[in-house]
Amino acid sequence: MVLSSSQKFWLVVLRMAIGWHFLYEGIAKLANPNWSSVGYLLDSEGFLKGFFNNLASNSSVLSVVDQLNIWGLILIGLFLITGFLCQYAMVAGISLLSLYYLSHPPFIGMRFAMPSEGSYLIVNKVFIEMIAMVVLFVFPTNRELGLDRFIFRSKK
Amino acid sequence: MLKSMVWVPVLGGFALSYAGKRSHDKNLIRNIQDDLGLTGEIPEYKPVSRDEKTIRLGLIGFGIRGKQLAESAGFVHPETLSKWKESYQKNKEEKLYPTIMGQDSLNVEITGVCDIFDTYAVMAQEAGANIHREGLEAKLTNLPKRYKTYQELIHAGDVDAVIIATPDHWHGPMAIEAARAGKHVYVEKPLTWSVAETYEVRKAVKESNIAFQLGHQGRQSETYIKAREVIQKNVIGKVSLIQVSTNRNDPNGAWVYEIHKDANPQTIDWQQFIGQAPFHPFSLERFFRWRCWWDYSTGLSGDLLTHEYDAMNQVFDLGIPHSAVSSGGIYFFQDGRNVPDVLQTVFEFPDRALTLMYSATLASNKERGRMIMGHDGYIDLGKSLTVYADSASTRYKEKIENGIIDPALPVYTYTPGIKSLDAVTSATSQYFAGRGLMYTYRSGKIMNTTHLHIKEWLDAIRHGTPTSCNIDRAFEEAMTAHMGTVAYRENRKTYWDKDQEIII
Repeated sequence: MVLSSSQKFWLVVLRMAIGWHFLYEGIAKLANPNWSSVGYLLDSEGFLKGFFNNLASNSSVLSVVDQLNIWGLILIGLFLITGFLCQYAMVAGISLLSLYYLSHPPFIGMRFAMPSEGSYLIVNKVFIEMIAMVVLFVFPTNRELGLDRFIFRSKK
Repeated sequence: MLKSMVWVPVLGGFALSYAGKRSHDKNLIRNIQDDLGLTGEIPEYKPVSRDEKTIRLGLIGFGIRGKQLAESAGFVHPETLSKWKESYQKNKEEKLYPTIMGQDSLNVEITGVCDIFDTYAVMAQEAGANIHREGLEAKLTNLPKRYKTYQELIHAGDVDAVIIATPDHWHGPMAIEAARAGKHVYVEKPLTWSVAETYEVRKAVKESNIAFQLGHQGRQSETYIKAREVIQKNVIGKVSLIQVSTNRNDPNGAWVYEIHKDANPQTIDWQQFIGQAPFHPFSLERFFRWRCWWDYSTGLSGDLLTHEYDAMNQVFDLGIPHSAVSSGGIYFFQDGRNVPDVLQTVFEFPDRALTLMYSATLASNKERGRMIMGHDGYIDLGKSLTVYADSASTRYKEKIENGIIDPALPVYTYTPGIKSLDAVTSATSQYFAGRGLMYTYRSGKIMNTTHLHIKEWLDAIRHGTPTSCNIDRAFEEAMTAHMGTVAYRENRKTYWDKDQEIII
């Protein structure tokens, strides 16, 4: 399927907006020496509650989780913006978002200490960002509008 | 080529916005922090070295609190430990098990126990022998000796120090006996049951060479330590009113404790229980729920007001108030008790130009918290410490007008476990702290304040370092509580005569 130029344009805007969001989430955590995922993990509900609580209960595991989170967000953000190894970054991003979603699923009867800025039932903003990334994954723009143009050129 | 570089302006835009945001935040933080002058230091924690001398403890009283004190010193009954382990395996948020397993050894041993209820005495022995912190599988050897009377325990040659957790009417006589015998004392609050014995305890402790600690473990709470700094640095201006409260709403909170199935006149030494109290025929209710009767208890004043008062004495160095008035009644738990379940006591400190107002109910659990109210701001003091500027503050007037300070948002929050001096407050950490999801951490370990309080006392025994709730603070605590109690029971305003040190 050949995409029109306005279709391509808006897909790239979406890719960069998501990249920006990831990048700033990562950098903001990196810049705050007191940031930790401990409260978020302990606040988890749903069928993976035990798994997320476990991550928080061991301080060495927790610091690994924190670092993975910070650098995962920063790198995924950078890769999305620059269109570098973009399809891999997209898969990583979708996985990370699915973990966030599953740790705080907006299902009926779940209550979280974490304040939410809107009203959600099953679908929340994390979920939508995740779906948006799936859309970007199936409509890739990176090989044309991004650094992947250089990497994957020979294969073309 | 151009197409592959479309991201350059986006990343450039990101970098610029980020720099702008950072400089804005920094400016905000600097502005507020310069004003507050807070250091953000948290107390350091040093574990007990293995080379330290082992201290031999005697436990007097192994009821609800005595059991908890033994646990905080590292001695958990095997049955309790198994229960904790089980509930932790089911729910990782249950912190009792990991907290006790991670708790440092204090290098103490329990050599003697005394409880006048046989079942509790045996449990105390088993807890004392559980030195490896094991569950029901524990093979207990070397049970500590059980003494039938506290006098025998205190005078035992292999007891260096005693932990007293008995009904209120026994605190004084036991502390006096131990001090005179040169045994170090950790005694539960309140210090005394009657006014008269308060002088005697102080005299006995001062004339001895012992380390003394009163059981207000709140002294170890990081939030109170920080609150003291906030007050000393005059962040909230002139404080004229402090409001503290007790809010409970369950039988356990109202001292309707369970009656043990093994309890009967054969397993309880009733004569010894009575002590200096007026005689009353054997009563299981009175034995287990002693806090409900003045004969053995100091009511809300001694049990719960003292915690609130001591916290504020820690923050403000209040000393004994000039006057007290009380009112209240038995409004909900009309179960035969004679101590009130609703109580208001108001203390005046004219020298400090402030009022301390205490209000308690045992029949509603709406958390009213602790509020320290100053002209320039107020402190909300609970599991975390939050400081707000007052919208009509003189000191912060300009900053409020310039939008640097928003009176609706805290100017400073302190949450134990987070090494933050977080002027630009994170709302989420507040939510987590408020719901008890954060525990007190020191050096990366979950800590229990009672453990820290006992440790401070043991450090004092070993090195002569001060205890934070020493005999002078304890004297102030007891007299303040007695002023409130006398005001309630005699339905009059009481005064403290500073020169003669008497309640009039």
